[in-house]
Amino acid sequence: MTTATATVFITTFLASTVEAIEMVAIVVGVGATRGWRSTWFGVTAGFALLVAVVVVFGLALGSVPIGLLRLVIGVLLLVFGLQWLRKGIKRVAARSLTGMGIPEVTDSEFWVGRGVDWTAFVLALKGVLLEGVEIAFIVVSVGLAAREMTAAIVGAASALVLTAAAGTAFAAVFNRIPRSFLQLVVGILLTTFGTFWSLEGLGVEWPSGDLSILPLLAFYAVIALSYTRIERRRVVAG
Amino acid sequence: MSTALSRVAAGVGAFFRFWYGFIVGDDWTVAAAVGVALLITAALNQRGIIAWWLLPLTVAVATAASLRRTVAPRPGG
Repeated sequence: MTTATATVFITTFLASTVEAIEMVAIVVGVGATRGWRSTWFGVTAGFALLVAVVVVFGLALGSVPIGLLRLVIGVLLLVFGLQWLRKGIKRVAARSLTGMGIPEVTDSEFWVGRGVDWTAFVLALKGVLLEGVEIAFIVVSVGLAAREMTAAIVGAASALVLTAAAGTAFAAVFNRIPRSFLQLVVGILLTTFGTFWSLEGLGVEWPSGDLSILPLLAFYAVIALSYTRIERRRVVAG
Repeated sequence: MSTALSRVAAGVGAFFRFWYGFIVGDDWTVAAAVGVALLITAALNQRGIIAWWLLPLTVAVATAASLRRTVAPRPGG
């Protein structure tokens, strides 16, 4: 392996890992909260669309309107994430955190219907499609620039497989969390990613680029916990 | 024919109900606040004014206002 090949592999691996973590966080969160069957349909459909995009555009992926894609998917995730954030705050405030470790199988957000749960389907599809396109961008831009396309593809694929494996391990942990609290956590995640992507789609520059996701996540987590405490006081007061 | 038409109408209705629920949900004011914040952010960004803070701030305020308007659920409910 030459130095250039190793550099391309490491670069695409690290950059793709960041995107893959976002993808897996959404899929695992939605699957654990709503149920896995429709979430997997969404993941499959997302990857199928991604393959179609890659086949159609090929090395000309740069012509995909990524800004518009980020804006549309970001806004949809944000407004939906805010619904889960509010419901999660109200439910955690009502039930406190007592019963941690006892899954609430009767919780209304868990899909128990017969057909496809379109909410889980759409959320999983969007997460996979947007992050998948971003990973494809990384592969094409780094691979073409260094003329090391194979190393770029292997680096991105390794990142995706390893992150998915870690996500599978985390899914078991997620399944033990009460759904009201899980809904709050996933609501915070969707609100964070939705805010970040929608503003990126508008062309707004974040102070620290992709790293801005972390302080944004912390901000929304603090907001959610503060509001939960306020709601808890309202619940107790009457 | 009328059965087919009513099926199509039901399907279209279900499609719009799904997206209304997905985007607007139980409080239209939050979705509206996000929309307005995005428009203002885009306008400020066009003029070269740093505006990334506006959307998170709007989200925090709109969520607080929405929570205040709803009736507090009973403990254990």
